Amino acid sequence: MKFGVIVFLGSNCDHDAYHVISKHVGQPVDFIWHRETDLSSYDAVIIPGGFSYGDYLRAGALASFSPVMKSVKEFAAQGKLVLGICNGFQILCEAGLLPGALIRNRDLHFICDHVNVRVESTNTPFTHELVAGGILKMPIAHAEGNFVCDDATLAELNREDRVIFRYCDVNGQITDTANINGSRDNIAGICNRGRNVMGLMPHPERACEDLLGSSDGREVFRSLAGVLAAAA
Amino acid sequence: MAAAHRQNASRKMKAKVFVTLKPSVLDPQGKAIKHSVELLGYEGISDIRQGKYFEIAVEPSVNSETARAEAERMAREVLSNPIIEDFRVEIES
Repeated sequence: MKFGVIVFLGSNCDHDAYHVISKHVGQPVDFIWHRETDLSSYDAVIIPGGFSYGDYLRAGALASFSPVMKSVKEFAAQGKLVLGICNGFQILCEAGLLPGALIRNRDLHFICDHVNVRVESTNTPFTHELVAGGILKMPIAHAEGNFVCDDATLAELNREDRVIFRYCDVNGQITDTANINGSRDNIAGICNRGRNVMGLMPHPERACEDLLGSSDGREVFRSLAGVLAAAA
Repeated sequence: MAAAHRQNASRKMKAKVFVTLKPSVLDPQGKAIKHSVELLGYEGISDIRQGKYFEIAVEPSVNSETARAEAERMAREVLSNPIIEDFRVEIES
């Protein structure tokens, strides 16, 4: 199975994602420049964190218009796996591959911290090796992670089991205090209707080694690799 | 004739695009600005919402109907995110 990590001007977690795929998943991985349009050799694509195009206009907006994103839309439509992390989540929302939008954090601050999220659904290729209701500790680093959507979209996400992660306290309780950026319904990660596209604000790729404070993110990549291996 | 030509060449049509958050979307920046303004003693302000303003210079060869249509398309597809924002276009010729 082959992974691709998309690189925009201003991506800065691309090497972290590359490192995790090559070292912890042990699979071939390429960097994909934002002007590329051929994704045919890949099984999964990661849209990494960072500040693509300086977050100009809206976080993720300009990246969503880049040539590679047109190909990512086709890639996703074929049922192939797309994981958007942090800025990648913002890009997927701007591109219309995921519903809702990510706006300025409730308290306006750029927040760089470790947070707890509860696993709300294991029914995705990205989370099937996780434990439902389990708590993952992962870092966040964003100013625009406040997930918003209208009532109908929220109802649909809940009804279709598409909320994948929610911000929680150390005991797994979904509280307003634990809702670090003010996201609607504590939402930290969601998937599309086909369940092959997932976006989340926390950084699983930066939580794969105990030395860095947590290795809880590894299960996300292990899930991904497991699904691809089974399909191969 | 020469004067008319000069006038035509110097004509500067602009499309002005105002992008605002939908009323239902929380605007934490506007809230913070309102708080500061109130600290400065401004009174009678019930709300402040922050938005974006774009000034698009249009080539002299484009007529105002086309300019409006293109600015509206640009506002819808690029300058605003319809999930959270509304927009308004004005043409100044």
